[in-house]
Amino acid sequence: MSSPETWTHPEPGAVPAATAAQPTPEQVIAGLRATTEGGTELTQLLTPEGERVASPIFDGFITDVDAEQLRGLYRDMVLVRRADREANALQRQGQLGIWVPLLGQEAAQIGSGRALQPQDMAFPSYREHGVAWARGVDLKEILGIFRCSDQGDWDFQGSKLHPYTIVIGNQVLNATGYAMGQKFDGKVGNGSDNGAGGASASTDEATIAYFGDGATSQGDVHEGFVWASVYDAPVVFFCQNNQWAISEPTERQSRLPLYQRARGYGFPGVRVDGNDVLACLAVTRWALHTCRNGNGPVLIEAFTYRMDAHTTSDDPTRYRLTDELEAWRLKDPIERVRAHLSRTSGADQDFFDAIDAEADEFAADLRDYCVNMADPPPERIFSNVYADPSPVLDAQRDSYLSYLAGFASTAGEE
Amino acid sequence: MSRTAQTTEQGAQQAVQTLTIAKGLNLGLRSAMESDNKVVLLGEDIGRLGGVFRITDGLQKDFGEDRVLDTPLAESGIIGTAIGLAVRGYRPVCEIQFDGFIFPGFDQIVSQLSKLHYRTQGKVRVPIVVRVPYGGGIGAVEHHSESPESLFCHVAGLKVVSCSNPADAYWMMQQAIACDDPVLFFEPKRRYWEKGEVDTITEPAPLFASRTVRPANYQASHTATLATYGPQVRTCLDAATAAEDDGISLDVIDLRSLSPLDLEPVFESVRRTGRLVVVTEAPSESSISSEVAARVQQECFYSLEAPVQRVTGFDTPYPPAKLEEHYLPDLDRVLYAVDQALAW
Repeated sequence: MSSPETWTHPEPGAVPAATAAQPTPEQVIAGLRATTEGGTELTQLLTPEGERVASPIFDGFITDVDAEQLRGLYRDMVLVRRADREANALQRQGQLGIWVPLLGQEAAQIGSGRALQPQDMAFPSYREHGVAWARGVDLKEILGIFRCSDQGDWDFQGSKLHPYTIVIGNQVLNATGYAMGQKFDGKVGNGSDNGAGGASASTDEATIAYFGDGATSQGDVHEGFVWASVYDAPVVFFCQNNQWAISEPTERQSRLPLYQRARGYGFPGVRVDGNDVLACLAVTRWALHTCRNGNGPVLIEAFTYRMDAHTTSDDPTRYRLTDELEAWRLKDPIERVRAHLSRTSGADQDFFDAIDAEADEFAADLRDYCVNMADPPPERIFSNVYADPSPVLDAQRDSYLSYLAGFASTAGEE
Repeated sequence: MSRTAQTTEQGAQQAVQTLTIAKGLNLGLRSAMESDNKVVLLGEDIGRLGGVFRITDGLQKDFGEDRVLDTPLAESGIIGTAIGLAVRGYRPVCEIQFDGFIFPGFDQIVSQLSKLHYRTQGKVRVPIVVRVPYGGGIGAVEHHSESPESLFCHVAGLKVVSCSNPADAYWMMQQAIACDDPVLFFEPKRRYWEKGEVDTITEPAPLFASRTVRPANYQASHTATLATYGPQVRTCLDAATAAEDDGISLDVIDLRSLSPLDLEPVFESVRRTGRLVVVTEAPSESSISSEVAARVQQECFYSLEAPVQRVTGFDTPYPPAKLEEHYLPDLDRVLYAVDQALAW
């Protein structure tokens, strides 16, 4: 493992036998799970205590990350967490129909999202609010989805963030197709990405596909892996293994650690500490670099934890123990950056206070926007079903609007 | 869309050629690929082999492996990656090898392809054509003879068309590829080798329009309207010829576009004949034939002299092919239904 380019897959014998390492579902329920440990293959650059760990493979991808950049990553994570908590509260207060919390996954999303360059394309699932933020999407623009007043309304082409995809795994194939297009367009393998981390402005492109541990069971994810491998598509498969697909543990999806599946498809798989923003940034930069240079695809398993419910409609106390959550709290993605910045004098209390104040303001602004969102008019039902004009739908719309107008005139007569 | 001349495979420039439906489709694809380098074809065995029906014959050789892709064997993958390519700016044309194999791709078609434009209120377009050889009559094993088109007509956001002759094969394929909406293009596989004249220069009829392919003599003592599409157009034309001997004159309308339906010509015809027979290979329940019957009774209630008759495949799975001559509507069943309508 002398350089990223010669990254090798761990030989089957080099890792503990999957069956021995994997507890039974009964053990899971008993709170004896090993899910707080990522295993020996976990790439970590910042320990939960905020100590920097050297990595001969990945350090080269974050040489530009100084204290200022770390403060930026810290700010990103604090803001999206604060937005996430605000949105959760907005749902509880009836302002959102549902919310899909990202709590605990800030590092995986900010680290990978900030690894993207402007020309790269991202295909999210539905929990990627941190990725949206990193792509420059105003988080107000995703609220409409969860207030059920629109179905995603941002600048998809400009932000290079595809619409949220709710059907599990669909977007992995769509991302793969997009990446094939990048290759057909001659935007891959021109050597414009020298691998010098964030300082490297490349004209070559890559795509990143976000999905979860549950999605790895979907046929579309398998097909995406097959397609990407046989067409050498420049796509980074970024799996956030947050340990739970609603109530089902990762053991219900796979016998094998998920990153090891890549081997069967013939491309590299890496497990990264998903609560370590620095590691997620470095590993994703490496993966994007690999793809831009025509050596994709790559699978990244970000080993993380969903600290809140699947959605606001879910009750995790029915399927997991508080002990597990407490163990993961000790690995909090934000706390370790704060600890690192503190111990290296990269930031002082004033900085942390200022970010907290900014986060409160950010959340208040989000709340203000949310509660003042107008409901869409009924004619919205009929708009943009097709790119071409649709006389049939125009007639249905007109008929329904005149039916509605009938109530108004009747009410006037009374 | 209008072209001053058409370069044929032989390199000659001709206005009118005699082509099979298969060749019409092939030349339509070729023409679209020549006009727009964003048109790419995806499918199983469509490159080196030219497709199991040879519809894409010669295209990979001429346009390269990046424009005619022999894909891995997974239909969801074909549709799902085509969507990504479309988001990237391509105009993919997918081949589903046989009708009965489209269902692994159904999720991507219904969940993504049909809804992306609506979800994003027009910010994301997915101009994809999904080609589906469909229908029975070829003596095939299970899953190779189905007519699933009604399933797709029920999904908002999709357009569904079917060609019945070489000229339509040639032109409708190009029009479907030029359309900014996703189009399911159903090809009558048992008619692939039927020949007809194709004018490759004259501006064609619009894609989403039905057409009267044989007008009735309304002065005849008995008249009725046949509405059909795809492989049954030939059956209905034959029925109309046979009926002539009995003094029955039939309007034959090729629906061509199944979603949206263009029923105005059907309404006009029924207002004159008073009788309608809808003919499809697809089963009747909750189908295109149901939709046509419902809309005709709504629009032509006072013109109808008899209930709308339907001649369709039965509401069963497609049977073992030794029985398909019983299952598929044929000339006699069509004429029997006409007699039922006339006897009312």
